Amino acid sequence: MKSKNKIITPLEKELLKVAEAKVLSLEKKSGSDFEELHKALKVFKEKGLPDKNLEKWRNTDLFEWYQKPFSPVAEKEKFTKEVDDIFQCTVQGFDSNVVSILNGHYYSPERTTLQSFKNGLIIGSLAKAKTQYPQYFKKYYNKIAPVDTNEITAVNTLFAEDGVFIYVPDGVEVELPVQLIKLVNKRGLMLNTHNLIVLGKNSSFTFLHCDDSINHDDSFINTLTEVHLGENASLDLYKLQNINDETVLLNSSFFSMERNSRLKVNVLTFNGGSIRNELHVNLNGEGAEADLSGLYLMDKKQHIDNQVYVNHNAPHCNSNEVFKGILDEEASAVFNGYIFVERDAQKTNAFQRNNNILMTSTAKVNTMPFLEIYADDVQCSHGATVGQLDNEAMFYLMQRGIPFEDARMLLMFAFAAEITDDIKIETLKTNIDDMVKKRLRGELSICDRCVLHCTTPDKPIEFEIDLSKI
Amino acid sequence: MEDKLSQNKVLEEVTGSDYKYGFVSDIENDAAPVGLNEDTIRLISAKKEEPEWLLEFRLKAYRHWLKLEEPDWALIHHPPINYQDIIYYSAPKKKKELASLDEVDPELLDTFNKLGIPLEEQKVLAGVAVDAVIDSVSVKTTFKDTLSKHGIIFSSFSDAVKDHPNLVKKYLASVVPYTDNYFAALNSAVFSDGSFVYIPKGVRCPIELSTYFRINAANTGQFERTLIVADDDAYVSYLEGCTAPMRDENQLHAAIVEIVVMNNAEVKYSTVQNWYPGDKEGRGGIYNFVTKRAACKGVNSKVSWTQVETGSAITWKYPSCVLMGDNSVGEFYSVAVTNNHQQADTGTKMIHLGKNTKSTIISKGISAGKSNNSYRGLVRVSKKADGARNYSQCDSLLLGDKCGAHTFPYIQTANDSAIVEHEATTSKISDEQLFYCQQRGIETEKAIGLIVNGYAKEVLNKLPMEFAVEAQKLLAITLEGSVG
Repeated sequence: MKSKNKIITPLEKELLKVAEAKVLSLEKKSGSDFEELHKALKVFKEKGLPDKNLEKWRNTDLFEWYQKPFSPVAEKEKFTKEVDDIFQCTVQGFDSNVVSILNGHYYSPERTTLQSFKNGLIIGSLAKAKTQYPQYFKKYYNKIAPVDTNEITAVNTLFAEDGVFIYVPDGVEVELPVQLIKLVNKRGLMLNTHNLIVLGKNSSFTFLHCDDSINHDDSFINTLTEVHLGENASLDLYKLQNINDETVLLNSSFFSMERNSRLKVNVLTFNGGSIRNELHVNLNGEGAEADLSGLYLMDKKQHIDNQVYVNHNAPHCNSNEVFKGILDEEASAVFNGYIFVERDAQKTNAFQRNNNILMTSTAKVNTMPFLEIYADDVQCSHGATVGQLDNEAMFYLMQRGIPFEDARMLLMFAFAAEITDDIKIETLKTNIDDMVKKRLRGELSICDRCVLHCTTPDKPIEFEIDLSKI
Repeated sequence: MEDKLSQNKVLEEVTGSDYKYGFVSDIENDAAPVGLNEDTIRLISAKKEEPEWLLEFRLKAYRHWLKLEEPDWALIHHPPINYQDIIYYSAPKKKKELASLDEVDPELLDTFNKLGIPLEEQKVLAGVAVDAVIDSVSVKTTFKDTLSKHGIIFSSFSDAVKDHPNLVKKYLASVVPYTDNYFAALNSAVFSDGSFVYIPKGVRCPIELSTYFRINAANTGQFERTLIVADDDAYVSYLEGCTAPMRDENQLHAAIVEIVVMNNAEVKYSTVQNWYPGDKEGRGGIYNFVTKRAACKGVNSKVSWTQVETGSAITWKYPSCVLMGDNSVGEFYSVAVTNNHQQADTGTKMIHLGKNTKSTIISKGISAGKSNNSYRGLVRVSKKADGARNYSQCDSLLLGDKCGAHTFPYIQTANDSAIVEHEATTSKISDEQLFYCQQRGIETEKAIGLIVNGYAKEVLNKLPMEFAVEAQKLLAITLEGSVG
């Protein structure tokens, strides 16, 4: 064991200072909360923030970001104006129940901080739910992602005070999707939030998780989401990421899946300084199914890292991963898929695929599709490609009179369509398609507005192409 | 009483094994003391009458080695190795001469027969005094004549240091520097012997060096070092190892193979590794930590690695190609079979530096028993490697539900004109295939052998003809008793 001091960078020092003060002030109070904090502090002192000496982080170097002493404490803002006034999010025809988090705190009028509906559905602030529904917290909180899982969970536990809590009781099928809009409007903050989503037996739920920036201020976002899927439950999760170039986003999601549950995750990354998505999917019950897909369109000096761990702990489970990306300018991407098949997880079907297109000679891709298999009656495969647009396809289009730029755009759009076609909500899909188009044309810059705030597409998506020629 | 019993048992084991391996343990005569320090290295160097620069090289490597930690990233588990508990130098062990084949371990003979090794060769391999030794000597000299006629240098590493110091000095550690990794540093410090091959400009080596090697009896030292240099427009095919089981006593093997390929040259390097894998309970067996690398320095150069790995308790081996010259080509074909408690973490590295470089990786892993078999490979396309092309395919076959098959590919691309593809599948032998064979009267074991051979065919085809046949049988033998 190396006794090297792991707290070196300004950010680490700042975090340690605040954390120690926090633990000290809570010393008098006892309880499980305090124990967790204590444990987290110990882990943080030992490990610090992840650096590229760690195998899992070797291709994502955040060292430069650690030079800024982001503050892990943010004042809770009084609810003075509607979220819509700060930030408009109106997807035409897309009806959703909007909740928002501003600077790491649940942002809503007092009366709707924790809503419970007739059918037993609970949506609201994690901080408030903790005191109101301790039974759920005892059972589910910090259970899939214990404090000492890794550096990130430890830091999150140290500072996270709020987040979104959603409880869907047994047998309830929630029709209206819930949309979480996470915003930051102050500079220099490190925001830690912890979300907890619990789906009871035979329930179903759709969740949109949007990370946005309002301005070009820098921030460091660290989100931890725990999701429990009960027997035969079904969850559709969409993550939309469109943050400014000055922001680091660490997004760790942990899923525990019971028998016959279904999970569909769609991660759509459009913009961001440095983004790392970790998906940890635990297929714990027979017949569980996970369908994970992602699309990333990066340019400038942006960096995207998708870490997808799928643990097949039970027999007869299926998992499918498809991640695709287009990298322009000096962007870099990392994909690390990890399928783990436990000894007795027979009859497993697990597939993973990662396709990348490099647009320039300065863009970079590191892809690591791993398989670790201990059961013999399985079908597993993985594939990864890195390449360019197909020359022959380009030729085919151009010889039919389609200009170079249009042909290129069409092919890129088709490449991305495999992921976007998978979006089940029609209005959302139309909007995303439009965004992809704009992004590929370089028109979508990060907004003073939401990812979804693209109103209606100005016109239907078309490529000024005379289709009769094809 | 009990003490005495166990003592007897130990004695029995010791004497038994002594006979089995056919070695005489006369190490006291000409051996370094146990342990590793600078004196040991000086002793090795002195015994081998090495020039000053080589001793310096060894010492530098040793001092660097002290700073390193044993790597732990591979998916292998073994008790810690005590590097101070190893004898780093002993004179080449003499095998006890046996009077006839009747004295040879019947199990060994059985394996020879299954492999179909000619009787004369069996005797040589098993260490029987063969009357026909003159015969093989004459064969050897014929080969030597042929080689020297073409100006090809093929000798032991120690001889090369004496006879061609300039060549050795120029190319030693030019591909695998002593700073490369833990085991490379160790090998650089204490390497015992190995082979040196130099093919001059424009020469196509008329024989497969393998042939020579086999009769010459493989000189598998504990810390082998092989250096192959193919000058412009040269060609050579080299086979290392032997399909016959090597009953080697050494627990730890850390070898280095370096290959330098100049303009338009081609080197084909084939390995068949069948060292002692340990018994069915996983006791004993060889730890095989090997660093193999080829540098395609010239334009249009080509390197092809073919390996059949069936032995060793632990295999840690990543034959790599550094494709520096434009249009250079690297190939890697591998079959790795693990049974019982064997562990293999093997694969390749393809580093694309030159323009229009091409690489192909075909890896077939077969796990049986309680073994673990991992493919770990890196494909890196650097910024300047325009038009680089890679195709990787690594398949795993699982026989039994106690084994593991793993795939860890790393793909790093920094060039937009590169095309990199990776594919992998993991599955077991399908019941339909087995049923098809069995209903035609083929026994289960034979059927599995048949199917496995079909699965590995792509790689076996790349081996020199005569070895391909033996390697096929070897696969079947390794998997014996894995059905159940």
